[in-house]
Amino acid sequence: MGVPVPDPVSRPLTRPAPPAVATLVGAWLALLALLALTVTLAHVPLGAWNAALALAIAIAKALLIVLVFMHVRHASRLTQVFSALGFVWLMVLFSLLMSDALTRTPLSPWP
Amino acid sequence: MTTAALERPQPSYLAAGDTLRSWLLTTDHKRIAWLYLVTITLFFAIGGAAATLIRLELLTPQGDLVSDETYNKLFTLHGVIMVWFFLIPSVPAVLGNFLVPLMIGARDLAFPRLNLLSWYIFILGGAFTLWAMVSGGVDTGWTFYTPFSTMFSNTHVVLTAVGVFVTGFSSILTGLNFIVTLHTLRAPGMTWMRLPLFLWSLYATSLVMVLATPVLAITLVLIAVERIARVGIFDPALGGDPLLFQHLFWFYSHPAVYIMILPGMGVTSEIVAAFSRRRVFGYGFVAVASLAIALLGFLVWGHHMFVAGESFYANLVFSFLSFMVAIPSAVKVFNWTATLYKGSIALDTPMLYALAFIALFTIGGLTGLYLASLPVDVHVTDTYFVVAHFHTIMVGGMVTAYLGGLHYWWPKMTGRRYPETWGRVAAVTLFLGFALTFFPQFALGYLGMPRRYHVYPPEFQVLNVLSSAGASILAIGYALPLVYLIASLRGGPTAGPNPWGARGLEWTVPSPPPPGNFATIPRVTEEAYAYTDADRE
Amino acid sequence: MPIASEAGASARVPFADPAQQHEAASAAMWVFLSTEVMLFGGVFAAYLWYRHADPAAFARGSALLDAPLGTVNTAVLLTSSLAMALAVRAAALGRRRPALGWLAGTAVLGLAFLAIKLLSWRHEWTRGLVPALHAGAALAAQPRVELFFVVYFIATGLHALHVLAGVGALAVTGAALARVRDPGRWNPIELTGLYWHFVDIVWVFLFPILYLVR
Repeated sequence: MGVPVPDPVSRPLTRPAPPAVATLVGAWLALLALLALTVTLAHVPLGAWNAALALAIAIAKALLIVLVFMHVRHASRLTQVFSALGFVWLMVLFSLLMSDALTRTPLSPWP
Repeated sequence: MTTAALERPQPSYLAAGDTLRSWLLTTDHKRIAWLYLVTITLFFAIGGAAATLIRLELLTPQGDLVSDETYNKLFTLHGVIMVWFFLIPSVPAVLGNFLVPLMIGARDLAFPRLNLLSWYIFILGGAFTLWAMVSGGVDTGWTFYTPFSTMFSNTHVVLTAVGVFVTGFSSILTGLNFIVTLHTLRAPGMTWMRLPLFLWSLYATSLVMVLATPVLAITLVLIAVERIARVGIFDPALGGDPLLFQHLFWFYSHPAVYIMILPGMGVTSEIVAAFSRRRVFGYGFVAVASLAIALLGFLVWGHHMFVAGESFYANLVFSFLSFMVAIPSAVKVFNWTATLYKGSIALDTPMLYALAFIALFTIGGLTGLYLASLPVDVHVTDTYFVVAHFHTIMVGGMVTAYLGGLHYWWPKMTGRRYPETWGRVAAVTLFLGFALTFFPQFALGYLGMPRRYHVYPPEFQVLNVLSSAGASILAIGYALPLVYLIASLRGGPTAGPNPWGARGLEWTVPSPPPPGNFATIPRVTEEAYAYTDADRE
Repeated sequence: MPIASEAGASARVPFADPAQQHEAASAAMWVFLSTEVMLFGGVFAAYLWYRHADPAAFARGSALLDAPLGTVNTAVLLTSSLAMALAVRAAALGRRRPALGWLAGTAVLGLAFLAIKLLSWRHEWTRGLVPALHAGAALAAQPRVELFFVVYFIATGLHALHVLAGVGALAVTGAALARVRDPGRWNPIELTGLYWHFVDIVWVFLFPILYLVR
């Protein structure tokens, strides 16, 4: 004995099987479909919903890429946490940042 | 506790190769720690020289030593060098690099070559910054506020920004290395809850390094783009908002102060445990408090902008969160104090530094609460009260902890003991010099003396003279260890593996350790700081 | 069917076995990607701030961009991600030549993305939409639309730099894959894949917020 063995929770003892071609192509087609959807919706005047829907579709695409292409769906818990970390932290930046912008009471309207 | 590592005599890491090449191309984490140690000491001297000139100028109310533009360049140099080239790397890159593998029972960090690369990146960033300083300096303050930095300053803003940008990657690589190492290379039996608290602090620090520094990087890019291309990102004429710069800058720079202080807290935990011969009280709480400080530290940045034009509601939120971040820090102070209670206290040099840290960090932290309070901040913002607050934490806290850690682990790193009496003299000198330098500044700030001014009303002179006098004593407090630590390398008595009788894997290997650290990787069976009553005899 | 972890292959100090080394490398890549997320995050933050300040100006600016070209480019990059995923899959199954083929395809699509981007920038230049370099004639007297274009060029410029670096990484990966003894147990291609998919994700967000603001 004398070899360091890492915490067994953090790594699976076997690597997950590579995804099937059908899975990958299916994800790709879904991505293209979402692209078509977001472009189409941009031409439909929905007021504030345009931005919200565009964002939701972008998030859906990102999730497809992360979970399927980047294989996070079958990764260790550690990997899953790390993969979410950056995005979660970005939300912290955005929410506190915009808490200032959204609560400003302008003294005079923009010129 | 394994003794296998003590049996076979092997060359120490210091003796394994003595060519310049073997040092400059090393991937041994212990040698890289020394590369950083030498480098940051040089930078500390440069930043200290700037501080000396500042305090000399401030002896008199008139601006008679340097011009106002030179003065601006001096405090900018002081801030940039001390923050990015001394404080941020100090404990992580020197003590962390040396100790992380030893403390977890590993042979090296996860990525030894990335570790060396981080030092070279540090050197490169330092070179850019020094080049900027030598060719005329920068006068914006280390905070680079726009639109002055982007539109009006005639100094080397972009060059300095490049230097800091590059250095940021050194920080990121160190943090990345520590995070992955702590997750994957702990020895068998070394569970998270058996880690020394120093490593919990470094883990939290590393998370902050990795998540905050990139925002600094992009902010510096935006400054450079605005300045070079003359486009307005922060220019009000184009609808830009200078406050956006401040938001982005402080989103990094507030967590940066936690990058600076968390490792010092970690050092304090180690020293307090070793020199009271007791397990740190409330180990779990202290461990979680490190993570809480890191998390909450990301949520308070707006307290630097209370009077800058932030909305009232944002001010309230940031003020409240700033009060919250004091809680985990206080938890640590309570736990250290409780550890001391009924401990078998030994007032060796490291312990003197650690006690000074606890006292001064508490004072500095409390003054931070004054600043977090909106009405008080309106009065003391941009005055010497703020200067005194952050220096109390950074110098009274962080530099003190760094020196304490250096003394504590010096025997392990060098195989030599420093002269204990001189060590105690230096620690006390530092504490007294610090107090005389910075306590008058709290008064100055409260009385209304603004920061970054080299002229002031004559009624402030007495306090300024006291502060400058204190700075000269502080300088002695720094010079003493420099002299006797270097002297000990040749003439000091040799140290055994565990001169302090402390617990921890680093004390089970020879002093100095062999290149691979452990003859066989240990198996950990006991909790951290497993001191017994016998240890306290 | 799961693949058994590598045995018998050597790992470099300080790792005890290749599986541990692979896990560490993977964790490191994700930590690195988190730093990239925060880097781009600063640009997104500036975008958020200014779009909120003047949504109409951003809509006007966005309308001046070539949305069809941007759509094509998005499809190109999404397809490159498919090619990358297929390359990683082929490598994991030990099929060297298909893996190299898919890697090459990814690189070609990446270069195509860059070419289209350069084309669109040049187009913006001739239409007077570049804020700096005296090329912003069409934006004069519209300061906040000019600000949109400042954000647009910084965002797409930073992204294009990352795509370029990615193509370089693909080339290095391909060269290494061509020479490695046992491609089925060779992991770095996964890491390159992670980086490439990340660059794709950034564009997935950039595209609607830049091109589809109405």
